[in-house]
This record gives sequence, C-alpha cells and structure tokens, in this order.
Amino acid sequence: MNDVTATTASVDPRDVGGPRQPLMRVQALKKHFPLKRSGLGFGPKSAVRAVDGVSFEIRKGETLGVVGESGCGKSTTARLLMQLIVQDSGELVFDGATVGARELPLRDFRRQTQMVFQDSYSSLNPRMTIEDSVAFGPTVHGVSSRDALNRAHDLLARVGLEPARFAGRYPHELSGGQRQRVNIARALALEPRLVILDEAVSALDKSVEAQVLNLLEDLKRDFGLTYLFISHDLHVVRYMSDRVLVMYLGQVVEVGTATQVFDAPRHPYTRALLRSMPSGDPMQRTTEAPLSGDPPNPIDPPSGCRFHTRCAFAQAVCSQTQPDFIETAAGHGAACLRWQPGSGYVPPPDFPDLAENPAEVAHV
Amino acid sequence: MSATAATSITASAPLQAVRSRSHGANVLRRLVRNPVAMTAAAIISLLILIAIFAPWIMPADPFATSMFKRLRPVGTPGFPLGSDELGRDLLSRLMLGGRLSLFMGIAPVIMAFVIGSALGILAGYAGGKVNTVIMRCIDVLYAFPSVLLAIALSGALGAGITNALISLTVVFVPQIARIAESVTTQVRRSDYVDAARASGAPALTIVRRHVFGNVIGPIFVYSTSLISVSMILASGLSFLGLGVKPPQPEWGLMLNTLRTAIYSQPLIAALPGVLIFVTSVSFNMLADGLRNAMEVKQ
Amino acid sequence: MSEFAVELKDLRVEFLAPGKRIEAVNGVDLQLRQGEVVALIGESGSGKSVTLRTVMRLHTERNTRITGTLDVNGKNVLGMNPRTLADLRGKEVAMIFQEPLLALDPVYTVGAQIVEAIRRHEGVDKAEARARALALFEKVRIPSPERRLAAYPHEMSGGMRQRAMIALALACNPKVLLADEPTTALDATVQIQILLLLRELQRDLGLSVIFVTHDIGAAVEVADRIAVMYAGRIVEEGTARDLILAPRHPYTIALLKSRAHGAMTRGTRLETIGGSPPDLSSLPPGCAFAARCTLATEACRAAQPPAVEVSPGHHARCIRTDAAAAIAPVALA
Repeated sequence: MNDVTATTASVDPRDVGGPRQPLMRVQALKKHFPLKRSGLGFGPKSAVRAVDGVSFEIRKGETLGVVGESGCGKSTTARLLMQLIVQDSGELVFDGATVGARELPLRDFRRQTQMVFQDSYSSLNPRMTIEDSVAFGPTVHGVSSRDALNRAHDLLARVGLEPARFAGRYPHELSGGQRQRVNIARALALEPRLVILDEAVSALDKSVEAQVLNLLEDLKRDFGLTYLFISHDLHVVRYMSDRVLVMYLGQVVEVGTATQVFDAPRHPYTRALLRSMPSGDPMQRTTEAPLSGDPPNPIDPPSGCRFHTRCAFAQAVCSQTQPDFIETAAGHGAACLRWQPGSGYVPPPDFPDLAENPAEVAHV
Repeated sequence: MSATAATSITASAPLQAVRSRSHGANVLRRLVRNPVAMTAAAIISLLILIAIFAPWIMPADPFATSMFKRLRPVGTPGFPLGSDELGRDLLSRLMLGGRLSLFMGIAPVIMAFVIGSALGILAGYAGGKVNTVIMRCIDVLYAFPSVLLAIALSGALGAGITNALISLTVVFVPQIARIAESVTTQVRRSDYVDAARASGAPALTIVRRHVFGNVIGPIFVYSTSLISVSMILASGLSFLGLGVKPPQPEWGLMLNTLRTAIYSQPLIAALPGVLIFVTSVSFNMLADGLRNAMEVKQ
Repeated sequence: MSEFAVELKDLRVEFLAPGKRIEAVNGVDLQLRQGEVVALIGESGSGKSVTLRTVMRLHTERNTRITGTLDVNGKNVLGMNPRTLADLRGKEVAMIFQEPLLALDPVYTVGAQIVEAIRRHEGVDKAEARARALALFEKVRIPSPERRLAAYPHEMSGGMRQRAMIALALACNPKVLLADEPTTALDATVQIQILLLLRELQRDLGLSVIFVTHDIGAAVEVADRIAVMYAGRIVEEGTARDLILAPRHPYTIALLKSRAHGAMTRGTRLETIGGSPPDLSSLPPGCAFAARCTLATEACRAAQPPAVEVSPGHHARCIRTDAAAAIAPVALA
C-alpha cells in the first residue's frame, strides 16, 4: 500500500511547503442555499444547509476518497474547492497559501486545481471539437494556440485516444468512456497538482470503469498528481483511495485510512453504509437493511447529532448535543458522542468497536 | 509510458474520418434534403432577385399614371397583371414594391436580432441584478401587443420608412431578447461552462467561445420566424398610412389604395395580398425547416 | 396455469433506422418459472432493457420488428390486439422503472394514480379502491401511509417514490413483475431496503420477477437465477450461486474480474476487457464476444456457439468453457 506521506520521485517546482504540508486544507467550510420564504414572503427564512462546517486536509500525493449519499454535500464541497461557487464562510488553504488572497489569486489557483465531472456528455461543449476543448484551458493562460493544440494531442494520446482519429471529432461521436477520457485530458491540460474527480466513473459501464480507473492510476503516477475521489460506490472508493472521508448531511462524520474506515468503522453511519453494499456473494445474502428510511433533507437537519434519527445506537443525549470530531487512533477520527469523553453517552455492549472484536468487522 | 499501451482502445469502432463535419455543415446538409424548405427557399430567392433587379426588368414605368387606363383587368395588352386605380402597371409596381416590402420584413428583424441577442445573452450570462434590470425593462415593452406597439410608436415618430423601421425593431427586440436570455441561462448552467470557468477563463472569453456558438442557433431560428410577422406588420403600417408614403410602391400600401376596387376588380385588389401571403408562408416554411434541421440530436 | 410465467423462445427484436437495422435482441431463450426471480445482467447495448420492454410490447410499433415466441402465463403476447394487450398490462404483468419521477404522473397524487389503476382493471368503487391503495402502501412499508396517499410524486423522497411505484405496480395483483433497473438511481442504504422489500413481496405474493440490472451485487441479492446478456443474446444462465462461484463464459468471467470489488487490493491493476462494445447494426456471424475474448478461436468466429450445459440448470453459449474454467476468478473469501 502506498505510504501516504511519500510523494512522487520528482518534486513539483511549484511545491512550496514540502511533503509534510497538506496540499489543500479546508477549514470550517459553510455553504447554505437560501430558499424562498414561505407564506407570501413573510414566513421563516429557510435554507438548504448543503455544507455545514466541513474541515479536512488533502495530503500531497494521496488519493482522498469521499463517500456519502444524496444530501451529504460532497458535490457542493467539490464545487467549493474549485471555487465554482463561493462559500459563505470558511477558508481554503492551498499549499500554505489562502486561496483568493493576494498570495494566491484565483487565476493562479485554477492552474493548480482541476475537476472532472460526472456527466461526460454535458462537460464538453457540443460545438467544439475534442482537441479545441482540451486546448482551451492553456490558451486562456497565454499558451499559443499551436502549442496548446500540440499539448492537447499529447494528452489525448496519453489517455488512450489516438489524436489522428479523435482530435477532430465532436463529443456526440464518442462513447461515454471515451468522453470521460477527454475530460481527464482536458483537466490535465493545465498541468494541475490536484484533480477533483466528482463521480467521474459513476455513469460508466463496469468494464469501461475498470479501464478508466487504471488510466487514472497511471496518470497519477506519471504526473505526480493528488486526487480527491468522490463516489457513492464504496468498492471503487476502497480500491482507489489512501484515505477516506465519510460525509452525512453536510458534515464530516469519519476520516481515516481506507483500511481503518472500511475494516474498523467508528461511526454508526459508516458501518451502516458499508453493510448496505451488496456483497455479491450468493451464499451471504443480506437479511436486514442496516438503515431504515431515506436520508433526511438538508433543509431542516435533526438537532444534535444529525444521524441520531436513524442511528441504531442513539441515546437521549444524541438529540441534544452536536458531537465534536474526535481522533480515536492515529489519523482515524469520527464525530460521534460515543468517542467523546464526558459527553454523557453510555456505550452499549453491541456498539461497533475496533478490530479488537473481529466478529464486528463489516463485511465488504 | 505504459498508459497508452495498457489502456488504449483497439480499433473496432467504425470511425474512419479524421475531421468531422461541423455542426453548421450538418444543419445545412439536412436543410438541403428537406423539399418543403427548399421550395420555400427557392420562392424567397426568386422574389428577392426580382426585387433587386426590378428597375431593369420591369415592363413599364411604375409611376406612370393614366386616367384612361384605370383598373384594367389581368391580361390587358401592356398591363400583364392589370392596372391599379391610377392606371399604373400593376406588375411593375408589384416588382418594385417587393423591394420595400421585403426590406421592411427583413431589416427590422436583423436589427432586432443583433440588439436582442446582445441584451439577452448579457442578461442570461450575468444573472442576478443585471438580469433583473434588463429583463424587467424588456417585459414592459413585451406587455404591449405588438400591433398596438408598432402603431403607437409609428404614430409618435411620424410616418416614413425609417420611423417604421425603428418602431418595428423596438417591437421585436423584447421577443428575441427573451429567447436569448432563456437559452443563455440554460447553457450557463451546463457543466462545460463550469469547466471553462474552472480553467480560469474570463467571462468574455467564455461567452465568446462557449456560450455564443451554442445559443446563436436557437435565437436565429426564432428570429427567422419573425420575418413574416414583420412583413405583415410593415404592410399593416403602410395600410394605415404610417409607413411608406404614396406614390412609393409597397404591397401593404397597394392593398390600401386598391381597397376601393374590390367590387369592380377583385383579382387586382387581391394581388398584393397574395404576394404578402406567399412570402410570409415561405419564410415560415424556411424557418420551420431550419428548426427541424437544427433539432436533430445525432 | 401454465408452467412458465414468462416464456421467450428465439426472441428477436430489430429496430429500423434510416439506412440500418439495429439488432437489439438476437435469439433470446428464457423461461421464468412461477414464483421465480431471474436477473438479466448486462452492460449498455446488451439488450436487457429491450428484452424486458418487449415482454409488455412497450416499443412503438413503427420501425420495430419482433419475431419469435413470447408467452406470458401461456398467452401469446405477440399476437394480441391492442385491447387484450391493455388488459394484460397492469393486471397480469406490471413494470417498475429506474426513475419513478418519469413513471409517475406529476400532476396527480400517488393515491389517485393507484386508485385509477385499480378501478380500470377491477371496476370496484372509489372507496374500495382507496382502501386497497392504503393497504398497498402499508405493504410496501411507507410510513404514515394515509398522509402519503395525498402526496404528489415530487413531494416524496427517492426511496419513498420507488415504494410508491412498486405499490402502483402491485395494485392489480399481477402475476409477473418486470423491474427495469429499479435501484440503480438510489443511494446504497435505500437500495438495500428496496431490494429486501422486493424479495419479501415476491415471497409473500408469489410473484414471478424479471429483474434487469447492470449491478451484479444487486442481482445476487434478489435473484434465484441470473442470465448474462451480451449483444442481444444470453451468453450464460444459471443459479446465482453457479454464476458467481463457477462462471464458465469468458464474458461473465471478465465482468466479474473487472469489478473493483471489495476483495481488490489497492495497487493491483483491474483486469479490463479489451476492445469496444459490439455494433448492433453489423454483428459478426460468429460469437459476438469473440473480438474481445482472450480464448477465442477460429471456430468461435465462424458460427454462433450452441448452449453448452455446464451443470444441470447452468448453460453457457461458448465452445471454450473448459479453458474458461481455468481463468475463472477464485471464489470470494
């Protein structure tokens, strides 16, 4: 397994803080989308609390996986990281420099962070040829069109699309997998250090997905990239990620290495999520759904711990107090009152614990 | 590096050509295959050519009056389509009249297209307060029925071609701006515009390279459908005495002056109307064909 | 009652587009026994959805040519006139779709839609129909069912909507349920609930179900038997156990191996299937998978492979099943 703190052999000349400094540090990010007031404009003001106090860091050279279900805020977080939308409060620090401040203006930041979207078709301008789409980014930053086109052709070849056959084509002539490769090439055209993959393989057939995942790994190695890999597919996240972040209703509920989170989850939601994945083993069919009901609405989240309404281990104190994020082992933490000393939570005997109790380990 | 070898796609998909036909070329191809649209295009081209070359091909002087030869029927020697209420050759007047009628149909739409698109794209891309200000001002004009607005503006500005042009342009700008804003807002929301923003491109570049090409098509198609409306409105203004002034030949004006002849020579009186009708329908058919050609999603 | 709930024999479906014929389904043989759940697995273009929709003849008649035998509960569906077909749909065969928002009418409450369906097929009065709708909502475990009957589709959450759609499908007590990727668009925690609900309902009501999906995991959770489709043909068919633990068709094996499954360790490369999906308008004469198969021989390319019986109830359309056995993935830990 990759050592999370090791970087690639060659150090990026743009590197500022060295391998120990996180590439991106997200601090207390908040984004609420206000809704129209009910009652002819005089009703109470409500908002979709899409991202409600999210903090984490992305280390250089790693793949940080983000999992969560609808309404958890992972897509909004991705867009905030890209500054496609602006946060209500909170800070982004890229290699030690605050994004948007004088030390790192937005335009420079955009050269270092890029994103691949889920819908491969709508991410490409239907009226532009493939090579023009890929070459667009560099031309914006002063690269001559000839050099930009050359770079585009190089990248298309790198992602497995023969430039002679594909460069002059339009998006509708390509398959989903091919289009996603173009999107990856387009993201790499600006030579970023961080690439955000927002459900980048979710819409692809499994066999195509495998090809694209292999490609992403190769490119990461070749270009010394760092990935933020967002997906709802836990198997894929486990396969791709060094560390994993679990989100629920706009907040981070657990963070740890992939092994820690998948083999010894600390948060009841993580555990339920893991057990919801069909095992694919016909001898071990699921007999009981780990969670009942649908993920609640981010408009009016439950009081206290947001998961308490669906948690099998909830107690009275869970509806009253919002849990802090507590580190339970090196690099592994969860936001659950059970791990918070002095919270008043009394852990029941069947509460999922570490691998001290191997029988409790989630089957994945 | 190993990337290409391990992950490249082996050729079994039937893609041979290197450079694909652009969207515009595809639209043209489909349009050409549409018999109705092509017939309409042929009719319009013919009318435009006749109008342009009218001074050279007219059989008689459109301004030569003769009180003895008033209201002759179709087929009278010297007057192939008859003569009007002042004895002028109708065919020559219809041919020359085409110039103004077609001009009054097309010119206001072109001007409104430019102004309306600019306003609509600006409002659609900028969003927020800019959008609100522009669109609500547009709405004020849009609230008036177009005929009423045209008449009111023409009346205020006075008779004459230029004033009629201005009032018609003002009538069409809100309609085109609305379409432009709506389409631009949709395109603005798409992922590829977000990707362009994410690459650090300034707004103007994004509008120029990404938004423009994708919105201009639908706006253009909508605008072509307004040409027939413009022709009829212009004819209506002339009919009311607000546009073209006599003795200038113009189909709408001719309809007015020939009104009194409707009992004695109904065919003569109807001819200018027939031409207006044929031209409007042709423009509509062409606009329809264009819309169908653009709509097909490959 | 006939032995099979649904019987397909050499079913072929062709779509006629200007200048070409798209052979979406090319000789599918399928027998769904009463009370059985069969999952149709495949990727895009495999023909699984087309096959499903053909059972109810949902395709527009123009430009579609269907040949072969298609019997539902012993009745010949291909020969039915529109009236009989309308009676069949909803009453004997019902379908649930991937996106409930598209299947439910947005301007009527879900309760109204269920009541309408019941009254159309059973002719009972409104009060009786409403009582039955309530009972259905309870059966699909919708909380506060009374209140939810009066809700519009867009007012419900994803999982709730899917349950409402299942209720609508079951309104007239059909014998056969067709499910077209019903859980693909749902979150994982909701998906497992719906899968379990479907299993429970199927058991309680004795339904026969054809479940179409691209997710092998979901298929294993609900199905007794699994059929894998490629280029409009069923390439392998057997019990869920046989297929997952002892696959014998190279495509099935490649599919299983290319999943980034929980057993995959980080750093190992995923096995991929070379080449690209087949062009349904110009299929080769032999095995459609031969172009991408690592075990393909000339014989494979020459003619359609026959169905080989690997073990009782387990068939694969391949002449190289022995070699395939050697490369099959190791059973899951």
